[in-house]
Amino acid sequence: MKQTEGMTLIVKTVTRISVWMILLYGLYIILHGHISPGGGFAGGVIIALAFLNVMLAYGRDFIKRWVNIGFLHDIESSSAALFLAIGILGMAVGGGFLANFISHGKLFHLLSAGTIPILNIVIAAKVSMGLFVVVWTLSIFHLDKGGKK
Amino acid sequence: MILPFLIIIPLLAAFLITLISGEKDNWAIVLSILAAISLLTLSIFSFFTTGNETFIYEMSGWKIPLTICLVQDAFSTFMLVIVNLIALTSLMFSVSYIKHYSGTWKYYALFMLMITGMNGVIATGDIFNLFVFMEIALFAAYALVAFGGKAEEYEAAFKYAIMGSISSTLILMGIGILYATTSTLTMANIAAILPTKDPRIMYWVGAIFLAGFGLKSAVMPFHAWLPDAHSSAPAPISAMLSGVLIKALGIYVIIRFFFNVLGAPQIFLTLFMILGSISIIIASYLALGQWDLKRLLAYSSISQIGFILLGLGIGTKLAILGAVFHIFNHAIFKSLLFYNSGAVEMALGTRDLRKMGNLKDAMPVTSTTSMIASLSVAGLPPFNGFFSKLIIIIAAVQASHVGYAIIAVIGSLLTLAYFMKVQRYGFRGNDKIEKPEVKISNGMKSAMIILAVLCIVSSALIIPGIREVTLDPVVSVIMNKTGYIYEVLGR
Repeated sequence: MKQTEGMTLIVKTVTRISVWMILLYGLYIILHGHISPGGGFAGGVIIALAFLNVMLAYGRDFIKRWVNIGFLHDIESSSAALFLAIGILGMAVGGGFLANFISHGKLFHLLSAGTIPILNIVIAAKVSMGLFVVVWTLSIFHLDKGGKK
Repeated sequence: MILPFLIIIPLLAAFLITLISGEKDNWAIVLSILAAISLLTLSIFSFFTTGNETFIYEMSGWKIPLTICLVQDAFSTFMLVIVNLIALTSLMFSVSYIKHYSGTWKYYALFMLMITGMNGVIATGDIFNLFVFMEIALFAAYALVAFGGKAEEYEAAFKYAIMGSISSTLILMGIGILYATTSTLTMANIAAILPTKDPRIMYWVGAIFLAGFGLKSAVMPFHAWLPDAHSSAPAPISAMLSGVLIKALGIYVIIRFFFNVLGAPQIFLTLFMILGSISIIIASYLALGQWDLKRLLAYSSISQIGFILLGLGIGTKLAILGAVFHIFNHAIFKSLLFYNSGAVEMALGTRDLRKMGNLKDAMPVTSTTSMIASLSVAGLPPFNGFFSKLIIIIAAVQASHVGYAIIAVIGSLLTLAYFMKVQRYGFRGNDKIEKPEVKISNGMKSAMIILAVLCIVSSALIIPGIREVTLDPVVSVIMNKTGYIYEVLGR
């Protein structure tokens, strides 16, 4: 079998299975942010790690074909702008910046706590994409400047 | 309520720039200039509507011990005016100055983040929130110092990042101690609870904060990062760093914390005076020996920060007036001098004073404004720097600190000496310079002219009728000391 880039076949196979589980776990942490420990930041880091897992196992070039880095960049910027938009909406509707203006629902239900789950999702998008793009940029930088070819 | 918008607008501008702007369009410039103009308008409006009042903005509709609050009083709005004024002129200067760099839209996004951080530090009434905004401003500043991408710029940014991280760690430790002691992060609540606790905690936290924020404001024993960072950055960023960042993150927080939260204990005031006078003298001598124009200006910043700290340390009403006035003046003339150095560097390609010459005919605007700024910073009448230094010296004599007054006078004379050197070698030397090929754009010229005019006009702030609506409310907020508690908490 021809070894082109990334790690061995064993690692690639395990990654192919585990990456979806890591993504699922990240989503779980994000969506349950308002009722259990965790939240947008922790879940976002887990999702970024799933992407990094793929990058480590399959190599940088595969990632470039797999996802559109520019698009991830746009998700990152727009999620931050969306966070601000929700904050300003709170100002317009609820009286203060980031005021919780949606019905709070029942305690410990998945659909409760007003704007907090939405904010968690937005934060997760920002953190996961931000972290992944940072590591990606660092790896490119290494290849161009100091890395052995 | 205006204060939250002073944070929201630059933050939104920063993210919109990264979202819609690219290499070939001008969206970044348009958005950032629009943001800066609206910020300046809002901050001036809020300064003149605040007067002697204090307004509180509570986030998310919660009440004070539970929420982050923004405090709008004369002092915070005064600082906001300074930050946003320099930010606007700096952007005007940036437009053509940074054209030759690649990825300029990133520059504008980082610039907006830096303004967000500084406005946030000034507006907030919550000490941990202050820490977070401080880090936003600093991280943007690290990246901006390294924006040129040369080896020495990376080195300066790295040095700055290390020193910044050390000071941030100290500050975080201090915040931790405060939170463990008082169980609150709102500064007014901390001020109310701290006197009931062991007084040693106050001294311990004060010492940690003096080191932490002393590093941010580059007072003398903590200054080592500043000459590298401020001289390696692109000129408009040097102007922002020297003109406002060390004041917003350093001096402003020192005043807020030591005066309004701790109530200005005498031991810290004495320390301010000692550190201030050390900064004045040693930094002046170091500046005197520099041939690199931007390094000279950076050392001069340390020395001028010494004047501000000396005024704060004397602690009388007149001395605080001098210090507050000098904060404003220093922001204006130091930014102007950095613009001058940027214009010269762009036209002649050098920062070495020995390689410059007579620029009077080649660059009339630059050499004239540099003369005005030099005379202001050296403290010659009728420019603004004269009045603030005079007030500080008179206040020192009145408070019978004659020794410190003499140090301040010597410091002013040394300042005059090294700015004579700048003028003698750099702008009015013997070698006549022909018209340079690189033209200074109108944006750069107008930024310099605006600040040069302000150097003369802002002397008027000292006229009693004008002073009563501008500087006096600021001084009364600082002199009110822990009256801040009643203003914020309303009890």
